[in-house]
Amino acid sequence: MRPVDPVERHLFLEGVFLRYGYDFRQYSEASINRRLGSLQDKHGDECLLDTLKRVLRSPDSFREVLPLLTVGTTEFFRDPQFFRALREKVFPVLRTYPTFKIWIAGCSTGEEILSLCIALKEEGLLDRAIIHATDINPLALRRARDGIYDLASVETFTRNYVAAGGTQSPSEYYTSDYRLVSFHEHNLVTDAVFTEAHLILCRNVLIYFNRELQNRALNLFSQSLAYRGFLAIGSKESLRFSEVQSFFTPVDAAQNIHQQRPFDAAEGAP
Amino acid sequence: MRMPFVVFVGASAGGLEAVRQLLAEMPKLAGPPLVVVQHIAPQARTDLAMVYGESFHGKVLEATDKMMLEPGRAYFAPPGYHLLVEGDLGLALSTDDPVHFSRPSIDVLFESAAVLGSRAVGVLLTGANQDGAAGLKAISEAGGTTMVQDPATAVASAMPLAALELFTPDFVGTVAEIGQRICDLTHGEES
Repeated sequence: MRPVDPVERHLFLEGVFLRYGYDFRQYSEASINRRLGSLQDKHGDECLLDTLKRVLRSPDSFREVLPLLTVGTTEFFRDPQFFRALREKVFPVLRTYPTFKIWIAGCSTGEEILSLCIALKEEGLLDRAIIHATDINPLALRRARDGIYDLASVETFTRNYVAAGGTQSPSEYYTSDYRLVSFHEHNLVTDAVFTEAHLILCRNVLIYFNRELQNRALNLFSQSLAYRGFLAIGSKESLRFSEVQSFFTPVDAAQNIHQQRPFDAAEGAP
Repeated sequence: MRMPFVVFVGASAGGLEAVRQLLAEMPKLAGPPLVVVQHIAPQARTDLAMVYGESFHGKVLEATDKMMLEPGRAYFAPPGYHLLVEGDLGLALSTDDPVHFSRPSIDVLFESAAVLGSRAVGVLLTGANQDGAAGLKAISEAGGTTMVQDPATAVASAMPLAALELFTPDFVGTVAEIGQRICDLTHGEES
């Protein structure tokens, strides 16, 4: 892969923002360099300005580029221990509500939604859940909504399902039922609070952001959470660089599941 | 103030022992930060401190997102994530597709390291596939220093050989010799 010129990167991201409103300017430079580099290679462009020229003139061309910039690969029950922790430490609290809301931010192609629905179903909680799934990328959302996956993913599904504490035969779930999930386009970079939720899942999305943008997204989550709500981020991500860290106490530190503290405790007031 | 070197290490089959040996060669006091991609199964759970801690004078850590590099520390890519370095010497992770069937991939780390220019030192050790060769070349083209384990001394020679077929690195030698070179570079930096 040929390296990306920093000035050209800047112009590319600025151009995409001005023309299409998608703002990648505060994404992690290392990741965006890699994605832009492979974009440039894929089209055989001599430099990123050639790519930019095409993208600016043709919305169709941008529609092809958008997934390359946004789609994170995911899998069913990624980090099985995470789903086990959800069942053991978060679901017992959700169970105390007659109905509760979950927001999956950055749902990508939907593997995590299905994993979560299965875990909720097996705990007898799915009927009480209102689930909102959002992503920046309309194509990924469509794939998530269709809920149709490669046969190759069955192997991962089966292995991870068992490790995540599944109680049925994995083949029970080879067809998906998404009636309880609503899908929406939402951009963590530019959009505002989306819904009030008792549990927000946003795993391995923040790694693509720089610190400032991480802070923005985490503030958005903090404002979106219901009283004593839960926030789950990727196991290698961190609240450490954000001012919202003091608003949360870890429920499972290894799996990065946090609970919002009561407001008075967070602010130190009586 | 002179900018510090950062050492990037890639290893695959046979790498555990090679990396351990390389860490043992590092300076006792505040050596350069090391960033390591060792191919590993996504489900693997390694107690890094247990495996590498004894041979290394500094601290061994699993990289987390946005961690800042500090001297005398060795940062390992977590299983299931690519590890990249930013121009401000922070670390970044990604879950993009595997490269050469590997996540973490050595090429991904090395290609990101090219932003550090002459401050980057790339080290490619034993391994049985092609990962790391293109990335090491990228470090070289950006003005960094590149070192490859002598294939004859590697448990698996394919990875070092792939690099040597692609370009001529600054140094080819045993792990101990590579370690010594790194110490010399770092020492020169202090004086």
